[in-house]
Amino acid sequence: MQKESAIREPLILGDKTYHQITEDVCAPVEGKANKYWYIVFTIAVVVALWGVGCILYTIGRGIGTWGLNTTVAWAWDITNFVWWVGIGHAGTLISAVLLLFRQKWRMAINRSAEAMTIFAVMMAALFPGIHMGRIWMAYWVFPLPNQFGSLWVNFNSPLLWDVFAISTYFSVSLVFWYIGLIPDFATIRDRAVKPVSKMAYSILSFGWTGNAKAWIRFEEVSLVLAGLATPLVFSVHSIVSMDFATSVIPGWHTTIFPPYFVAGAIFSGFAMVQTLLLIARKVLNLESYITIKHCEYMNIVIVITGSMVGVAYLSELFISWYSGVEYEGYAFMNRATGPFWWAYWSMMSCNVIIPQLFWFKKIRRSLIASFVLSIFVNIGMWFERFVIIVTSLHRDYIPSNWGMFHPTFVDIGIFVGTIGIFFVLFLLYSRFFPVLALNELKSILKSSGDNYKKLHHND
Amino acid sequence: MTKAIYALYDDDEVMVDGAKAILAKNVRIKDVYSPFPIHGLENVLGIKWTRLAINAFLYGLTALCLALFGMSFFMIQDWPMNIGGKPNFDLYQNLPAFIPITFEFTVLCAAHGMAITYLIRNWTLPGVKARNPHPRTTDDHFAIEINWEENSGVSSDDIKSILQDTKPVEIFEK
Repeated sequence: MQKESAIREPLILGDKTYHQITEDVCAPVEGKANKYWYIVFTIAVVVALWGVGCILYTIGRGIGTWGLNTTVAWAWDITNFVWWVGIGHAGTLISAVLLLFRQKWRMAINRSAEAMTIFAVMMAALFPGIHMGRIWMAYWVFPLPNQFGSLWVNFNSPLLWDVFAISTYFSVSLVFWYIGLIPDFATIRDRAVKPVSKMAYSILSFGWTGNAKAWIRFEEVSLVLAGLATPLVFSVHSIVSMDFATSVIPGWHTTIFPPYFVAGAIFSGFAMVQTLLLIARKVLNLESYITIKHCEYMNIVIVITGSMVGVAYLSELFISWYSGVEYEGYAFMNRATGPFWWAYWSMMSCNVIIPQLFWFKKIRRSLIASFVLSIFVNIGMWFERFVIIVTSLHRDYIPSNWGMFHPTFVDIGIFVGTIGIFFVLFLLYSRFFPVLALNELKSILKSSGDNYKKLHHND
Repeated sequence: MTKAIYALYDDDEVMVDGAKAILAKNVRIKDVYSPFPIHGLENVLGIKWTRLAINAFLYGLTALCLALFGMSFFMIQDWPMNIGGKPNFDLYQNLPAFIPITFEFTVLCAAHGMAITYLIRNWTLPGVKARNPHPRTTDDHFAIEINWEENSGVSSDDIKSILQDTKPVEIFEK
């Protein structure tokens, strides 16, 4: 059996056994939800319904209901799209990249992070869909035979690359997540007492048996899917950034975009995982599994990627001056001092300055500070996309074309609504799905569990 | 007559030691059921490693060829488009623009092909009945399955006493 250094902090606290892990993780699924769950769920449903209403209004009346104009033809919709896709990046990064690096701390957070990924990508995909205006023709983005029109889709366009990237990312993440869930659904199935839940989890667990060969295949599939998903994580946000970078708009036309977007995506994704899990560990009594050490690890990722984003901002500023292109130079001056200066400085302070507090160990290990800072990052990353998109578009080449963007209630309603839909999905997930990867946690109990580590230390 | 006898353990190390002891007595083990993957068990039981990764590679390779063939047909043969005067009349010149979709499609097919093969090979599909011998083998117990037919050379009493020596928490037939 693998032994771990005694000075490494345990990943599972308390006197846990295999059975206790099952009990702790199944408790939220088998028990009744408390009143806080119902309160939050009700709020989320109301907000979600408001968003659905705004979406239906948009579909019925057209995108003239948004604040877009001929100068700023992309604004909140694409900001929200990039924001949600970025959030979606942490899940696959945690489950795939950290699996390849054999990071055991991922096991307590990967299930929820992947669920977050899937729900976030669903929210993201909604925006290009409704921005088409005629959403019932959305399938035209796929390369369909010519009876739908005499042209094929344009395979040279980053927008089509994005269609492929997002749909591949969504479906591969979903499969990766579900394959990990099958054995854990089987655990719930074998414990279920009520006939309805027994039947439901029997179907969900696909008749999982857990024999030796099945586990070998399981490990191989996990490893290969992780290997396939890792370049996918980096490609998806690179391609999203190319939606902008391949254009000729000042402020967009830069080669730094792909790595800068990927770092930003990981940054915002980890912040959202932090926000969700700090609540989940408390509400679902999972403090022994999602420990302060886990939060610290995530905070380290946040401060590193946040600093990378900071370096990217400064490089952009430097290059806009050093290139000598007056349009580029103006675009960045306008970001910092123009009519949207407040968005730029919100972005700078939330993304670059505030996360630097995580260099202090005390703050990194404080749950309240982690929560507050993660909210700042979520806000800051939304502003980053808003700044990139709106401030670059609203004043480009000819001053007579300049304009402003003001969101309407529909813009705001749809954005807030997607947060509602996201939370509805996540709250339902936390009630009916095992929120921790049971089988993976059990496999590290003897090497990283608190009680076992003490036992080995005394040997 | 039952088909098989099972020994149930509450610890993975005891079970692995038990499996080694059983095999040393020339009793064949049909299968082992556990709540999580046990590393090194395949060497003890002599199970060959899965070839699923080769499958994934082949699916990926097929997808790679299909994507390149498809795009060169759509964009170069069937309806060549002049987009911003960029070269678009042979695959070689257009290749850089085709890389992202080629990559995505390769990953898409490799991942889904492998997942589908995995589900079929394990026979874990919606509506399939679970075949684990004891409900706690998905919780905290480990079971060794010994088939009577495979061990016709050893008497059933001998098998039972061999199993008893491996310190199981329970022995049952099914």
